[in-house]
Amino acid sequence: MRGLAQLLLVLVASPLLLGVINRTKAIMAGRRGQPLFQAYWDIAKLFRKGSVISLTTTWIFLLGPAVAIVVPLLASLMLPLAAPRAPIAFTGDVIVFVYLFALSRFCTTAAALDTGSAFEGMGAARELTFAALAEPALFFGFLALARVSGGISLTSFMTMDGSHWRSASAALVLVIASWFLVLLAENSRVPFDDPNTHLELTMIHEVMVLDHSGPAFGFILWGAAMKLFVYCALIVGVILPTSGSPLVDLPAILGGVLLVGVVIGLVESGMARLRLVRVPQLLVTASLVAGFAVVLVLR
Amino acid sequence: MDGRFLARRNAQPARLADVPLLQESAFRAAVLDAVQTDGCHIASLFGRETDGAIELIAVVASDEASELGLIRTRLTGDSFASLTADCPQAQLFEREIAEQFGVTPEGHPWLKPVRFHAPWREPQPGGTHTPGVTDFFRVEGDEVHEVAVGPVHAGVIEPGHFRFQCHGEQVFHLEIALGYQHRGIEAAIAGGPSKRTVHMMESAAGDTTIGHTLAYAQALEALGGAKPPARAHAIRGIALELERLANHVGDLGALAGDVAFLPTASFCGRIRGDYLNLSAELCGSRFGRGLVRPGGVTFDIEPTRISALQERLDTATRDAKEAVALLWETPTVMERFEATGVVDSDACEEIGLVGVAARACGRAIDVRHDFPFGIYRFVHLPVMTAHHGDVNSRAFVRWLELQRSAEFVALQLRTLPATPVRVECGAPAADSIVVSMTEGWRGEVCHVAITGRDGAFTRYKITDPSFHNWFGLALALRGGQISDFPLCNKSFNLSYCGHDL
Repeated sequence: MRGLAQLLLVLVASPLLLGVINRTKAIMAGRRGQPLFQAYWDIAKLFRKGSVISLTTTWIFLLGPAVAIVVPLLASLMLPLAAPRAPIAFTGDVIVFVYLFALSRFCTTAAALDTGSAFEGMGAARELTFAALAEPALFFGFLALARVSGGISLTSFMTMDGSHWRSASAALVLVIASWFLVLLAENSRVPFDDPNTHLELTMIHEVMVLDHSGPAFGFILWGAAMKLFVYCALIVGVILPTSGSPLVDLPAILGGVLLVGVVIGLVESGMARLRLVRVPQLLVTASLVAGFAVVLVLR
Repeated sequence: MDGRFLARRNAQPARLADVPLLQESAFRAAVLDAVQTDGCHIASLFGRETDGAIELIAVVASDEASELGLIRTRLTGDSFASLTADCPQAQLFEREIAEQFGVTPEGHPWLKPVRFHAPWREPQPGGTHTPGVTDFFRVEGDEVHEVAVGPVHAGVIEPGHFRFQCHGEQVFHLEIALGYQHRGIEAAIAGGPSKRTVHMMESAAGDTTIGHTLAYAQALEALGGAKPPARAHAIRGIALELERLANHVGDLGALAGDVAFLPTASFCGRIRGDYLNLSAELCGSRFGRGLVRPGGVTFDIEPTRISALQERLDTATRDAKEAVALLWETPTVMERFEATGVVDSDACEEIGLVGVAARACGRAIDVRHDFPFGIYRFVHLPVMTAHHGDVNSRAFVRWLELQRSAEFVALQLRTLPATPVRVECGAPAADSIVVSMTEGWRGEVCHVAITGRDGAFTRYKITDPSFHNWFGLALALRGGQISDFPLCNKSFNLSYCGHDL
């Protein structure tokens, strides 16, 4: 029952996060910006549309969007959102968490390759290269948190009582900084990717879904919003100590997630995106930062 | 340039019979000497059909002497010796001649259609072509892959086809195929000038309306012996610089947009509109349509509108300076702009780049300075250059020119001469030729008008700066990253329709 409520929360709240990012960017640029709930209208619009599917594609082409929406939902079940325990929690669930997203990435890139388009192949190559470089940062972070929290599960990482900030603040800051970079890279935000660009040759994530339309593209859009929500919730969960009372924790974690959205908006307003050849350098930096966190807690 | 050419100033007419008619080999040698030893560039090279034979006419521009050299030759057969191998800047002109008249430039290294239309001459040896269906340069190898973009793009832009030979993210070679916007303007103008001619000029390249219409007006005034009043020259200058301001600001914003730097992108989009609205204030059209006509301009500026224009110009320029300054202050933006899409100065000279792209490579060429016309004979604008030939240089030249243009417009608004704004322009002189150049915001706009026995155009050749510069974009990508293509493309921001005509 609580799992169902959590799924609903992620489903319903995630497009708002996109609205918050867009609104932040608009305000920073001196524009009024699109409505806060635009992402909901976009998804609703896509679900009402028909699809154009290339004759060269196979069932793999539609598997991508299907997996893209299921995976973030499954992953969100491993997060204890305002609860002492996640709906799905076991020792080592972090590995399932990471590789669920890897599975989704595999299916998205396979769907992209299925179209036989030169762009989509290029996008798939970029996506996989950068994802491989982002993975160590996540795992170094998990390693450090496992040492701090004494458990190897997302539930134990996200339900710490606040004492971790006293005992291992330096390591936590490093992990959070590193994960924020991973969040930006994994969710195709500036400076790694540009979610607003129409220039197919510079895209990473967007170019892989160019051939999807209608409901399939709606799934991708919604799945991407949920993935962003899950990553934000993960970071917020590590930062915020839990009080044990859902009445305090739920608003705190939701507020925290939206605040991360504002921070993403600020980052996107203040800098240009990286030259593509520089992306690996920043991702390796993120891994090194998280690696330092491990050194700090093992000391 | 020497005695073999007929030397003329910008928009100074000549009798066609006075243009030296040389043997094919002498013509070739004269053009090569002018380009290779005298530092001239080819402003135009085109063919025309006369008495059943094909005549080639070359216009070489000597920036130092402010002179345009005219020379011609008559082909004896269906082919001629290509200049391209010795003078690469002739390559696209020769391809154009081959396509229009069904003749072959022997020894042209890469002879392909330019716009994919049927030859103008009967019988049509080449038959009809389909745009984009042609040979493309290919790099073979297991690790080399080909990426084809366009003509339909993900954004709302003009159609063009780009073919990359890549090794991973690195570009070995880019080939650009255009022609999708071909409307047959040059063929339609022949027999004119008619009432429709000026509108074709205004839409030859929609963002260079003033640049092209002004070149046309100058040509007709030269042929018709009309002298526009001083106030008309000043208003034309204001309109030309407003066009430059709007496009330069728009480009700087778009460059920021391409690297996802939001502040400048958002502000410049709006400020471009402010400048366009100034043009609308001038003549009722944001793109300056209906303003420039042979003999002068159609609208005067009353004192009340002068002060309104001044005020809005100051506001827009102040905003533009703030927005653009952010670019140079942001390290992530500089990191993207610098050393991206480099065209070195030798290549720039060899392939004959013009305008902003040439000045970004350190070549100080500017029609306003080198071949002064209209108001620029009295008011001199400094030539703005940068020296690295990269995206940053092309952006920086725009930024410098933007400031000079704003100062120029402000000055002209303060000191408008008190004269009428238009005089009658007589019918064009018969059997004459005139070369009229202006500096559009992209660069050198060159129009050549040739009249027949009755004073009607027998040939009207338009050369948009894009025609010279597209090959520069292809070179800028060599060895670069394919993901940097949109940024390089934007830094040139060339016209598809100006090229395709």
